[in-house]
Amino acid sequence: MFTRRFLRNVIIKALLLFLACNVLFAAWNPVATLGSISVYNLIFPGRLRFPFGEDPQHAYNLSLYSLEAMFASHVLAGTPAHSAQEEYRVLLLGDSSVWGTLLRPEQTLAGQLDAANLQTCHGQQVRVYNLGYPTLSLFKDLMILREAQRYQPDLVVWLVTLESFPVDRQFSSSIVANNPYRVKSLIQSDGLSFSPEDPALERPTFWIRTIIGQRRWLADMLRLQIYGVLWAATGIDQVYPEQYPAAQRDLEADDTFNNWKPSVLLEGQLAFDVLDAGMRQVTGTRMLLVNEPILISAGKNSDIRYNFYYPRWAYDLYRKFLQERSQQMSWNYLDLWNLVPEKEFTNSAIHMTPEGTAQLAQRIGGELLKESCR
Amino acid sequence: MALSDILVFTMSAVIFRLVFGTLRVFLPGAGDRWRGWLLLVASILAVYWLQPPLPIRYIDFWLPTLTLLLVFLCWLVTAPREKRFARENLATIGLLVITILATGMTRYLSISGVITPSRPPEIWQVALLLVVVALLVGTLRVFLPGAGLLLRFPRSAATVPGITIFLLLFLFIILKLPALTLAASAGLRGLMGQSGSMANATDLRWLGFSYVAFRLIHTLRDRQTGRLPAVSLREYLVYVIFFPSFTAGPIDRLERFVKDLRQPMGLSSPGQLHPECSDEDFAVAGRRLLMGLFKKFALADGLALVALNAINAPQVQSTGWMWIVLYAYSLQIYLDFSGYTDIAIGLGRLLGIRLPENFNQPYLKPNLTQFWNNWHMTLTQWLRAYFFNPVTRSLRSARRPMPPMTVLFITQVSSMLLIGLWHGITWNFALWGLWHGIGIFAQNRWSDWIRPRVTGLDAHPWFKKGVAAAGTLLTFHYVTLGWVWFALPDLTLAGQVFQRLFGL
Repeated sequence: MFTRRFLRNVIIKALLLFLACNVLFAAWNPVATLGSISVYNLIFPGRLRFPFGEDPQHAYNLSLYSLEAMFASHVLAGTPAHSAQEEYRVLLLGDSSVWGTLLRPEQTLAGQLDAANLQTCHGQQVRVYNLGYPTLSLFKDLMILREAQRYQPDLVVWLVTLESFPVDRQFSSSIVANNPYRVKSLIQSDGLSFSPEDPALERPTFWIRTIIGQRRWLADMLRLQIYGVLWAATGIDQVYPEQYPAAQRDLEADDTFNNWKPSVLLEGQLAFDVLDAGMRQVTGTRMLLVNEPILISAGKNSDIRYNFYYPRWAYDLYRKFLQERSQQMSWNYLDLWNLVPEKEFTNSAIHMTPEGTAQLAQRIGGELLKESCR
Repeated sequence: MALSDILVFTMSAVIFRLVFGTLRVFLPGAGDRWRGWLLLVASILAVYWLQPPLPIRYIDFWLPTLTLLLVFLCWLVTAPREKRFARENLATIGLLVITILATGMTRYLSISGVITPSRPPEIWQVALLLVVVALLVGTLRVFLPGAGLLLRFPRSAATVPGITIFLLLFLFIILKLPALTLAASAGLRGLMGQSGSMANATDLRWLGFSYVAFRLIHTLRDRQTGRLPAVSLREYLVYVIFFPSFTAGPIDRLERFVKDLRQPMGLSSPGQLHPECSDEDFAVAGRRLLMGLFKKFALADGLALVALNAINAPQVQSTGWMWIVLYAYSLQIYLDFSGYTDIAIGLGRLLGIRLPENFNQPYLKPNLTQFWNNWHMTLTQWLRAYFFNPVTRSLRSARRPMPPMTVLFITQVSSMLLIGLWHGITWNFALWGLWHGIGIFAQNRWSDWIRPRVTGLDAHPWFKKGVAAAGTLLTFHYVTLGWVWFALPDLTLAGQVFQRLFGL
């Protein structure tokens, strides 16, 4: 028999317990710890690329802000510790073209390089891991690179494009904006010319750090684990539409880039300091910088622009800056901007078909072997 | 019901319970008088509130209104003549009309819906419909002697309830047969000045109609057989559209429901008037609600992410994973449905109504017959009462009686076929029904055959336990395999899934 006193006590105790759990959660802030707990590489195979998806129900994948959770679900996190010594470990860093929008995991640059079964001149097996993430920001790449260093790569191939460079866009990537402490730490440790108090960086209040405030994050974490079933069952991690709007070939007669008029683009407006920070070698890791291929249109107004993203003047200037910087800093640099023909691009000026990606893989594969033998 | 709906209903029910409990203390009897009226208004509003938005203009207002008018019509058909227009019933008619009109008037409060999912139609259209219904009822009663006779129902007459049952079945078939739904949708779109080419079979999602139809048919059949108790319009309406069980059951019986409704309810302490329906109600309701919310929104919705469906079925690459997504579906459908039932029972308990149980650990039952005695119990009880038993009696008492085995085969298979078709008149649901009908028949025959052959072994506890465990495992897998038909509308795809499941 339940008495009213008993019911009242149950309700009061439940509320107090819930309140205490919320306060403790906010004070402890276990997001990073919880993020690194994963059933991937344990029950389900690790993902071949980072979780990212705008249509989770069909992609069996979703976007997260937790770098810990992203790495924990990646196949890289499941490699045994000794394998870093046994294999020649290559990490690919970059945007959606590296991540592989519209490409199946085995068709991506990493997938194709891995499938090539490359051997270094020392007899080591080359293993290539896809650490691309589909947003355009060098800062995002730097964050991933720093986190990836604990996996002891032998070589990092960093594919970049001009869209990732404008200083004012570095924090517009939601994964950067939602990792303010990590960003602040990078700014301080690498002496970057950004303000850690930038309003674009979302600092969680105490309320946001509670269980209630973090409910979406917690739900996403759980959903990522649950989607492991369908990732394992189907090998699908993004939606592959049968038809999609092709990248624009006929272009506007617009010569601006990022609202900059010709002759306004200065080196200081591009985040070269972030690139410098990333390219600073960690002991035992070699770096290869690649200016990734872009669609070079032959359509309307292609005398003004290369493609939807880039007016010719801005892109040419960017290539000049990058070339000069690479020489000045003695970076291993490959400018592959025009490697892939126009027909091998899909829904954007940087997304390639499997064939286009194969051409890139062949070129980078050769370079990679050269690097591995140095 | 969405989580927000359930929270609103729970808060309303708690406030309702506290207010009426307090009223009972200070004004004995007053609370009980008003309880039925409040439940009626709340349920009418919930019928509108729960209806999902539909693409045909104003249809998401007209369908709930039609639900209410259908219930009214069925009450007219089932109510004893002398009590039909008694004072309380006239007051209920007035309240029903006022609530419908008031809901329609919300059109002028917002350009989107306030209670309704979208903006209601012009108020004159609503008023016109009500006037037409009133005139129709009045005309039939006063001016047409034949029809008047029908409405007066001589004791032996079962014609009008029969016609009404056919009307309900006709509506049911329109809603459940995709081709007819499509045609109806195109027609309604044309009527509303919308393009018929945009018609879709999902345009007519008439929330709660399936359950409403079951309750109405129950009252109409019982009226035909003279077993229906006399109830007021208010009680009848609250029974049929009681909001906790409106969308997903359970399917209660009128006489049982009304007994609870007439019983005084209060927030009394032990020792006061009704200790059995006081604090314990809160505790039981709270437990059922929490359990239901957890089952539905944590477990079932989580499993739904990976459960078998028409999209992932052709993508799954191996036998093992196919079994896992199928198990996920099997658990999801149980947790979803039984979760909703827990919520309905919890809400009902808060409002002083003890709704019947619908699930009793069905996946742990050792054979298919027991599974169906414990899965969606109120539906199977309904079907047993209004289809299986009458058809069995009819076939057995025919001039040239069939062999008992044939009778059993026909009734068991047709009962399960009907349950299948209740979900939709499509091949996949028909096959699902047949799968279970044939399964039940085969299991009964096997039980009859094996029982005398293992009589001696029954004495060994290990044998009984072993048989029960094997039976449970087999039954669960038979039911789970049956879900393939249920989950996948495309039979070819279902066939491919079976092939993959068995590595063929």
